[in-house]
Amino acid sequence: MSIEVNGVNYEVDENGYLVNLEDWNEDVAVKLAEGEEIDMGEAHWDLVRFLRNYYEEYQIAPAVKVLTKAIASEKGLDKKEASEFLYGLFPKGPALQACKIAGLPKPTGCV
Amino acid sequence: MVGATDASSQEVHHCGGCNADGNGKFLHPTPMLDELESGPWPSFISGFKGLAERTKKPMLRGVMDQLEYSYNTKMGYWKGGLVTVDGYGAGIITRYSMIKDKIPEAAEFHTMRIQPAPGLHYNTAMLRELCDIWEKYGSGIITLHGQTGDIMLQGIEQDSVQECFDELNRKGWDLGGAGAGMRTAVSCIGPGRCENACYDNLKLHLKALKHFVGVLHRPEWNYKLKFKFSGCPNDCTNAIMRSDLAVIGTWRDAIQVDRDEVNAWVEKKGIDGLVNQVINLCPTKAISLKDGEMQIETRDCVRCMHCLNAMPKALSPGKERGISLLMGGKNTLKVGVNMGSLVIPFMKMESDEDIEAFIEQIEEIIDWWEDAGLDHERIGETIERVGLKQFLDGVGIEADINMVSRPRDNPYFKAPY
Repeated sequence: MSIEVNGVNYEVDENGYLVNLEDWNEDVAVKLAEGEEIDMGEAHWDLVRFLRNYYEEYQIAPAVKVLTKAIASEKGLDKKEASEFLYGLFPKGPALQACKIAGLPKPTGCV
Repeated sequence: MVGATDASSQEVHHCGGCNADGNGKFLHPTPMLDELESGPWPSFISGFKGLAERTKKPMLRGVMDQLEYSYNTKMGYWKGGLVTVDGYGAGIITRYSMIKDKIPEAAEFHTMRIQPAPGLHYNTAMLRELCDIWEKYGSGIITLHGQTGDIMLQGIEQDSVQECFDELNRKGWDLGGAGAGMRTAVSCIGPGRCENACYDNLKLHLKALKHFVGVLHRPEWNYKLKFKFSGCPNDCTNAIMRSDLAVIGTWRDAIQVDRDEVNAWVEKKGIDGLVNQVINLCPTKAISLKDGEMQIETRDCVRCMHCLNAMPKALSPGKERGISLLMGGKNTLKVGVNMGSLVIPFMKMESDEDIEAFIEQIEEIIDWWEDAGLDHERIGETIERVGLKQFLDGVGIEADINMVSRPRDNPYFKAPY
């Protein structure tokens, strides 16, 4: 399977995740977000960049608690509010939607 | 996908495309599965067949075909994935078929975990609604209850999940836990229907559920964490083996003895009965005969419940009741199977303040575990790795002589899984 952005075809797996990490760019992200019915705002981009930076450094997607902690400390929220904020941005969850839009591989395990 | 490759090289039975079969029946022949109906016990296959013939749902036929195929090849063909409903990160267990090209009718067969009411008390109206909604959107197959404690609605396609959930939710049902967060809690029937309950475990279950509902739906911890609430040390929820946080009712004064009922019991069963069935079976030899009367030495009693179970009217739990918290029960993971260890020997659980204090303590324990625990590590394993002392220091609980690593023996020991 593949998606087309600006006349270029990008390979995706059966669940719509990018196959090649280096294929990612912001236009591809917008296209992937459309598929998830998400309108990318500044807060969405912040999170997607955080995920990509984290992945570049550790070669693994961060655990959700790392994500919520980062949001909590940056926005001055408590953990519960940070979790609600996160699901406000990505209603079907960070694993399912944020990782996909950030072009990271599909998280494993029963997330 | 190794399995799928192997499967295609195997000799295929009747079901190639799932359309070829005569004799006017909805289901395809399943000779292997039929064998399961021949034994002395009721078979789930009979249930499947009845449901499939009544509802004519293709996915039921597909699942039977896939299971028949599995029995022939001795392989399983389900794989996981990610399906959720809006605002939730957990609660749907995905099952995609690895051989959907062979058996397209079983391509998707996801499970929805639905939270039970505390104590598993339902009324028939709610159950009817649940069944009707489930048969409308899903396969109609229900497990009451799965090992997680949830009502398992088994067999739905991704496209129907959101709508099905919305309708269930409007009727008061909610998804259960999954993933690395708080899981669906379980409680025994408690004071609702049992005289041994030492605290209102149904109320505590509900309060804890409401408090932790956020992290139940949006998991974000190291790994799963399970509550079970047993009303007394009979532990009918198997909390000590199957939960990280086993909340078990107990008492700290003497067993209450009704002399008249003791005498009535002895009159019926004889003094031999008292000696052979009760006194000799007390694991800590806390009971003796004195001048022909039964005497219980409270300081020797470990609340194993044997004498209370043997003489239900004559003996009952003490008056000063509360809970014990045992932590770390779980099945094999990084280390082998563990039973819970006693962490809080006694805590009152009567007023709302008691409940608040309890939940605050649990919050503190979870905070500690979030920082100290490794990814995919149950809390009992974290405690075992860093040591009980480190844990107690971390959560501000004083060490106590009653914290023993093996609070009881045989009655709770079950066959290995």
